[in-house]
Amino acid sequence: MNSSLDWMLPLVPEEIVIVSALVALVLDLSVVRRKSVAVRAAVIGATASLGCLAAMLWIARWHDYGTSEMLALTPLTQFLKMVLLALTLVVAVLSFGARFSRHVGEYFALLLLAAAGLMLLISSENLLVIFIALELLSVPLYVLTAFNKSSLPSAEAALKYFLFGSVAAAFTLFGISLLYGLTGGLQLGAIAAKLGTQPVEPVCYAALVMTLAGFAFKVAVAPFHFWAPDVYQGAPAPIACFVASASKVASFFVLARIIVVGFGPLHGSAVWEGFRAGWMPLLAVLAVLSMVVGNIAALVQTSVKRLLAYSAIAHGGYALLAFFGNPRQMLPALFFYVITYSLTVLGAFAVVAVVENSGSPDRLADWAGLGRRAPLLSACMFVFMLSLAGIPPLSGFFGKFYLFTAAAAGTPHLGMLWLVIVAVAASAISLYYYLQVLKQIYTTDPPAGSTPFRSPHAVLVSISLLAGLVIAFGCAPGWLLGKLSFVLNSSIL
Amino acid sequence: MLAWTIYVSFLGAAALVLLPPESRRAARITALLTALAGLAAALGGAAQYERHAPSGALADIVNVSWIADLGIRYHLAADGISITLVLLTGIAAVAGVLFSWNIERRTREFFALYLALIGGVYGVFLSFDLFLLFVFYELAIIPKYFLIAVWGSTRREYGAMKLALYSLVGSAMVLIGLIAAFVVSGSRTFDLPELAKFPFPPAFQNWAFLLVFVGFAVLAGLWPFHTWAPTGHVAAPTAASMLLAGVVMKLGAYGALRVAMTLFPDGLRFWQNEIALLAVIGIVYGASVALVQRDLKFVIGYSSVSHMGFVLLGLMTLTQIGLSGAVLQMFSHGIVAGLLFAVVGRMIYDRTHTRELSELQPMNLSVLAPFVAVTFVLAGAASMGLPGFSGFVAELQVLVGAWAVFPRLTIFAGVGILVGIAFMVRVWIKALFAENDAKFAAIQPVSIPERAGAFLLLGTTILIGLWPGLLLDLITPTLHSPLFQPLWKGGLP
Repeated sequence: MNSSLDWMLPLVPEEIVIVSALVALVLDLSVVRRKSVAVRAAVIGATASLGCLAAMLWIARWHDYGTSEMLALTPLTQFLKMVLLALTLVVAVLSFGARFSRHVGEYFALLLLAAAGLMLLISSENLLVIFIALELLSVPLYVLTAFNKSSLPSAEAALKYFLFGSVAAAFTLFGISLLYGLTGGLQLGAIAAKLGTQPVEPVCYAALVMTLAGFAFKVAVAPFHFWAPDVYQGAPAPIACFVASASKVASFFVLARIIVVGFGPLHGSAVWEGFRAGWMPLLAVLAVLSMVVGNIAALVQTSVKRLLAYSAIAHGGYALLAFFGNPRQMLPALFFYVITYSLTVLGAFAVVAVVENSGSPDRLADWAGLGRRAPLLSACMFVFMLSLAGIPPLSGFFGKFYLFTAAAAGTPHLGMLWLVIVAVAASAISLYYYLQVLKQIYTTDPPAGSTPFRSPHAVLVSISLLAGLVIAFGCAPGWLLGKLSFVLNSSIL
Repeated sequence: MLAWTIYVSFLGAAALVLLPPESRRAARITALLTALAGLAAALGGAAQYERHAPSGALADIVNVSWIADLGIRYHLAADGISITLVLLTGIAAVAGVLFSWNIERRTREFFALYLALIGGVYGVFLSFDLFLLFVFYELAIIPKYFLIAVWGSTRREYGAMKLALYSLVGSAMVLIGLIAAFVVSGSRTFDLPELAKFPFPPAFQNWAFLLVFVGFAVLAGLWPFHTWAPTGHVAAPTAASMLLAGVVMKLGAYGALRVAMTLFPDGLRFWQNEIALLAVIGIVYGASVALVQRDLKFVIGYSSVSHMGFVLLGLMTLTQIGLSGAVLQMFSHGIVAGLLFAVVGRMIYDRTHTRELSELQPMNLSVLAPFVAVTFVLAGAASMGLPGFSGFVAELQVLVGAWAVFPRLTIFAGVGILVGIAFMVRVWIKALFAENDAKFAAIQPVSIPERAGAFLLLGTTILIGLWPGLLLDLITPTLHSPLFQPLWKGGLP
């Protein structure tokens, strides 16, 4: 092997994805230029999907693990990259039938670039690389959000997303610079070592808050959530899927790394009547706010997409509970939850996308009688909604159960039980709005003159597959948990 | 054998989903066969238990690891109390199918949800791992909601949502208590017999007992958390109100006994008097409100609250006779309330299209429909607790047990029985034996499925009334088993 190319080896999956993005662009400009939009979408979508598959195969086939100053390749990162690629693949498949743009090549290329950003984000070991990866992820997402040029809400959503996003990124960068000034390093491990030995200065907390703000924006927890409802509603449905699923998995992973590895010593405490400054009380406040704001705002939504957006905010709040668990449980609980949540919300948005493509808008009232117009689709939506509500035996139930148990067991004497109580109560309220959707689907009669509608087979198959996974991970969580503890045990976070 | 009750019900539900939508007859027959198979499995299992298991002992059915990371096991087992309630479920399930024979709208879905609910109920009664029990307990919420929201009558969507949210809030309280108990006991197991051995600190027991007990008792109609019961029963279609009153309310009482009382005996002693007071208020209040209702179904709905008060009072006596009376009352009320709802909802309402006493008065049902009148009188007599019916033995035992512990409250409970007689007599006079009016000459004859269902339920209550030993021989030895030992501090009273 030529040694000058050695540096490229660890990043082969990312490179495959980037190359397929470029191939998609070139194809669109050359071979299929004069074809109809449907043909172009099929050809280029297939190219993008193949790119994702090839990268997954590479990861599955070649295990190159190792850690450098900049990048970490551990079983955990590789596993999560597989998950992200799979989610991207589903998003690409869902985009086949979408009819919002003629710029097919650009669309898939940007999607793949965002996916590459996610993968890089997972692997980065250094705060600067994290920042670059974040931008590589965010910029394509801003553009993709605005991709439906004929839709005013789409443009508005993108503008909001961009403005909030760039301010949040500026905060993060400022936090990183403070950290660099305090510790003289950018590598997470080095920062933790420094923070652990030197006395804690107030400016450490400033750095913590600034850095957290950026990631709280990415995972859309209150009070950094204002962009989410607009983006979920305004963006093309497949992009909303992507933002809600893949982007969330990666962001939670990086958040966990920065908090647990980088700011590990600054944990403080959030036990009842025993607050001490640190990231624990900060995250507790974010979690409570998100659960309350998300669930209460979702109660009154009339648009299914907005409802899902507020529910996503609430779910971000639940997921934060993992950070109060003991080290052995917190990461399996967090990843189990975030991964199964992504599958569920991806499926739910896919159903929304199909219904939208069939001509009805996403208002709740337009879903009346869907159960008879599209039985399979409705059955899948039934599974997704109940999983989000946390009804057993679906994966959403076990995910929440594990999170809550981990949080309650994390501190001695049930110190965090108050947060668990808030979470359980919030989750009980949430059943109301999920049932509203199902009520429209199953108990209201379809409007006169409506006909059964068909959707592309590839889309139906992927939605059913997702519903199957949601059920399977709920009934037998052991497999995913085993996989997670295996990759976690053999990696340093 | 007993585990098949669960599997058969879910298989039946799955089979129904796969039937073509228009095949009503096939759906009914499948449902009836499934319910009969469940009852057969219950009877077979009971016989097997009586023959092989040592009297009153806990007989394991399945006990395998399910989710190893949290020590969750798939543990199905049975003792005399669970077998009593499984038998009740089996009988109520068959009767419910018979009384829903005339459902024409979305028949297949109706019976699928119905069987799913039955399967969940069987599961609760046979689960001895708390996680598993909770899964089955929550599993029952969704079928209840849809059964009422789609096929219900008066204010169905309101009643359905109220029931769903009450159930979910109750189970949220239970969930918090379970997680806390799991963590305090050292986070190793959810196995009920194992956890019951752990000496929870008294201060912890005091609040955990209250949380878990009230959480379960919401579903048992504990005053003042009973308000879902009348609205839910009235809104529900006949079979669903039969199941709600007959079986689902027992889920709550069973959970309170099986989980809250055996896990936290010290907490039980701490709150014993207060809960007994609430139970007696429920007895008197339910009966008094029933006395002034105009809608026949509301009369039965409130009488359920009153009769469930006896169950809770019996549990709070902490004497052997009171507890066995409480369990027998669960069985008895399940049969009798089921029958009353069948008479009111199916036999009367489906023929006359009214449940208003003032509108029923001119019809003189004793002439118009003698079979209905006789059934109603017998069911009412059983509900009053006349000798010869199962309710007599059960309520007598409860009162005898309570007399020793709460003499003053017992007097009020006795008054409740008198009011119970009064409201039933009032209903008889108004609905059955008033002036005849020639206008209502013809009425649809009582069908064969209805007769079969009525004979099944009447036969059961008379059989147990004449020969209570059939069930008491199952219940009483169980109360001596190790699982219930913590309740009898200082010898069996």
